[in-house]
Parts: sequence; C-alpha cells; structure tokens
Amino acid sequence: MGDSRSKVMDLDEAVRTFVRDGSHISIGGFSISRNPMAAVYTIIRQGIKNLHVYAHSNGTGIDELIGGGCISRLEIAYGGNGKAATTCIRFRKAVQEGTIQVEDYSNYQMTLRFAAGAMGVPFLPTRSSLGTDIINRWGFSEEMRQNDPKIVGKKLVVVDNPFGSWADAPRVVLVPAIKPDVTILHVQKADDQGTCRILGLTYADIEQAKASRHVIVTCEDLVESGELRKNPGLNQIPFIHVSAVCHVPYGAYPTAVYRCYDYDLDYLIAYAKAARDERLFRKYQDQFIYGVSNHGEFLERVGRKRLEEIKADPTRGYATNLQWYDRGEAP
Amino acid sequence: MNCTSPEIMTIMTAREIRNGDIVFCGTGISMLAAMAAKNISAPDSVIFFESGAVDALLEDLPWAVSDSRVMWGANSNGGLMDAFATMQNRITGDRVIAILGAAQIDIYGNLNTTAIGDYSKPDTRFAGSGGGCDVASFVPRCIVFMHHERRKFVRKLDYLTSPGNLDGPGARRRAGLPPGGITCVVTNMAVMRFDKDTKEMYLDRFYPGITPQQVLEHMEFAVDISRARPADPPTEEELRILRGKCDPRRMQL
Repeated sequence: MGDSRSKVMDLDEAVRTFVRDGSHISIGGFSISRNPMAAVYTIIRQGIKNLHVYAHSNGTGIDELIGGGCISRLEIAYGGNGKAATTCIRFRKAVQEGTIQVEDYSNYQMTLRFAAGAMGVPFLPTRSSLGTDIINRWGFSEEMRQNDPKIVGKKLVVVDNPFGSWADAPRVVLVPAIKPDVTILHVQKADDQGTCRILGLTYADIEQAKASRHVIVTCEDLVESGELRKNPGLNQIPFIHVSAVCHVPYGAYPTAVYRCYDYDLDYLIAYAKAARDERLFRKYQDQFIYGVSNHGEFLERVGRKRLEEIKADPTRGYATNLQWYDRGEAP
Repeated sequence: MNCTSPEIMTIMTAREIRNGDIVFCGTGISMLAAMAAKNISAPDSVIFFESGAVDALLEDLPWAVSDSRVMWGANSNGGLMDAFATMQNRITGDRVIAILGAAQIDIYGNLNTTAIGDYSKPDTRFAGSGGGCDVASFVPRCIVFMHHERRKFVRKLDYLTSPGNLDGPGARRRAGLPPGGITCVVTNMAVMRFDKDTKEMYLDRFYPGITPQQVLEHMEFAVDISRARPADPPTEEELRILRGKCDPRRMQL
C-alpha cells in the first residue's frame, strides 16, 4: 500500500537536508498557534541565512527567524504575536531598520497564492485589495524581480473580467502562485510516511503543503499508518507530499496545539520584552536557542512545571487553569 | 455616565449588529461587542473568525483568532479558505458585518494598518492587513473601532491597507469593488457614519459629557456635525449583560 519507505528522520537532519541558505520556505500555523517552533529553533541553531519566507498571518515562528538573522526577504499579510505583541517586535524592528525586505499582501491573497501553487496554475483572481496600496506599493523592486528567476516579475496585476460583468465583478486582481522549496508544518498526528491529521483549525497548512516541493512534518504523536487509515476522512495531507517526518513532542512550544497544550503566554511575554532590547535579546537567544542542542534540551530548560501548566484540558482542548487567566490579567 | 470608555464603545458597536448577522471579529473588545449583541438583541447572530472557526462557543475568551478557545464547541473548524468564502458567498457574504481596528482612518473611511511614514522605510511598522483588507473589500458593512485622536483621523493615510469609499462617490465601483466597506466608526467619543451621496464621514452621535466641537478637535480633518445628536447611553440592562455574561472575569473591560 503506497510508498512503504519510512521518512522518519531526526529534525536536525531533516532541516540540514531540505533547508539551505537562500531557500524559499513557508511555515504552518497562525500567530501563536501550531507554529513548527522546534524546526524554527533548529534553523536558527544551524545558522541558515538569506531565507525567502512566505507567510499569511504568521507570528512567533517568523519573529524568531527574523531575530535569528535567518530571513532576508519576507512576503507576508500579518506579523502579530497575539496579546503578547500585537505587532511582532523583531519583525517591526527589522522592517523599520531595513534589515529585511518585506512585501505586503492580504491573508486571502496569500492563501490563494499557495492554492495556485498547489493547483499548478500561474495565478488566481480575487477582488480583494482593488484600489488599495497593497496593489500600488511593491516591497521588491522591478530590478530585483528581474534579476532573480525565483521571484515573479510583478507583484499583483489588475485586469478587466474577461467574462464581461459575469458575477458582478468588472475587474479582478491576479495574485501569482507561490511554490516554496520547503514547507514546514507541526501537526498532532502523523505516520512514518508523512500522512497528517490536524485537529481543529487547519489555517492554510494544507494549501502551503501542497504548493511546496518538499514538506517537513513535525508531530506530537507518531502513529501507525493503520490508525490513520481507520478514519481517512480525518486526514488532510497524504504522504505523497511529504519528504520528512520528525517526532517532536511539544514541537510547537511556546505556541499552542489544540487538544495537546496551550501557548505559554508567560514565555511569549518574556520573549516580547527581551526582543525590544539588543542585549536582553542576545541573552535570551543564548539561553534558549544557542545554549541547547535540540528541542528536548530546550524543553528541559523551560521546565516540566511550565509544560504541565499549559497541558490541554481533555474536554476543551486548551488549558483551563492558567494562572494569568485566573488573575484576569490583560497582558 | 456610569460606565467606562471600553464599555460604551462595546455597547455602541453591539447595537450595530442585527439579529441574523454573521459577525467577523478579532479578539478583545471587538469580540466582546459581538458577544454582547448575541446576548442582548441579536441572539441568532453568528460569530466567525478569519482563522476558520464558525459559531464558536467562546466559553473562555480567546487571546488570538487562532486560539484553541475558538475551536472548542464551534459549529465547524475549517481554514482560511472557508472563512474568506463566508465573506464572498453571495448568500452569507451579504449578511456579514465586520469589526476592525486601524492605526489611521481618512474622511472616506479608508484604513491604514500597515505603516506610519514611508512604506519602504517606515517610522512605525504595524502588523499589516491580515484579513482586514479582504473583509473591507468584500462585505457590505464594517465597523471600525478607534481612539479619537488627531494623529489617527488624518487628511492623508500613509498607506491605504483596507478600502472604505476610496476617493469618494462611485470610487469603489470604478475600482471593481462591491458596495460597502467601512460604514461606521465607533470611538471613545462618538459614532461616525458616511454620507450616502458625498461618501464623507459625518458625526452621527456623541457620548454624554462630550460636545461635537470636542470631537472635531480630535481630528485632523473637519466633518459635518449638523446631524449630530447625543447618543443614548448604555442602559443598566445592557451593562449588566455585558459585565455579567460576556466578561465576568473583567479581562477586557
């Protein structure tokens, strides 16, 4: 049945194999939920540079990658870390200081762009952003686009509806397809060939995976294929898209995984505080990223107690007795 | 008036929501307004999030639209594609009302949530559009939630992220957008709307203790105040439901 070759790999090896200096990548999740953080920290530790990153509403993972000096170009719709930082701190700093080049889209446009990549079409149409600066202002120059065959020659193109006024839309804007070299996702369950089961919201993970040349999956539980085949309707990503599977419990920490654990708001707030100050930020990175050799050691440094505190309530799927929640604090 | 500024803003916003509306909101006060409407006057309204959750239970307040707290007990958990289909499908899309925030707004209700200063090297960078531009492009009614300050109500936006009436009458149609966009602005001082002919913002209601002149002093551009009337303050009943049912732990208010 299918490809019986196991794709299980050590995360360090998976990142070393598929993510290179200058790779075009996307990561799954949304703001402070289900970001593939173990993979993000591995990329930073391996010192990978000049990544070109595609993101819709990404948060924690993108901000750490920017802080780690890994990203040089970013196409994005939104960079926020929930209540811990309504605009991601390192993202804000990097754009203001011009240390990364950024180009803005909307969430729907980024989702459509991944979908176009997944479908093998050059672009898809939408009415979103007509008349706005999302169309008028480019983040990447014409010259840069022409000199790099991996970047599309134009940002967005407005055309008249070729079907006349069909569907009451006189004009549409065409959004170009994205085809990342690698997409990295963190999911609740996967088997050793890479079939994925995501519980709760899927965000744009499925489109991102199917648009991509390679997919690295990190998972909370590595399960037998037979278990996933019992209810195939609940599986979103078939193994044929996946290049590597890494078993990494708490692999999205400090972001949330529905039914497994919550985000660690204390961590995210401490991160946001450190991210505002160069000296504190280097200290933070030395302690939690460079000072450990893998995600297991990182979690040990965070401490069992914290991980227990954010464990999901089995009924609700998130932590129900968090101290900050009970204190009624609006961080 | 026996309530706080976030409370009056929440109630004024909740009153905009009609029974049967499908409400697009973020977290924080905008979500509380949607919950208040559901508990006060619009029991059949449905709350959805751009992350893909529809009719979330919201037993606990989420801190992000991607939060697991929007997933538990929801009617369905999908993805971004599903959320944006809800806004565009002509059956559900026309029932959607959105609640948005912004760093800047102009007289035509266009919003900036991207950057202050030059876009290529901004003085202050914000999170960006997210789904804001999408919903303002697609749906007939959007409420903007803002603090009334001169630096926010500006003559010219530094970056036009989400479309209101663009540059005036007929502009949305010329650009290719459906009618709608930003139709109401709720601030800590007043409720503003847009004239159906000029498409310009005007002062509709001002809160107890505030004068129309004071509202104007908090804006860089002048608006018509000839139609302005005092707002009906939140009733005891509205406040009781808001405080007791929507935010009993007082996390947002």
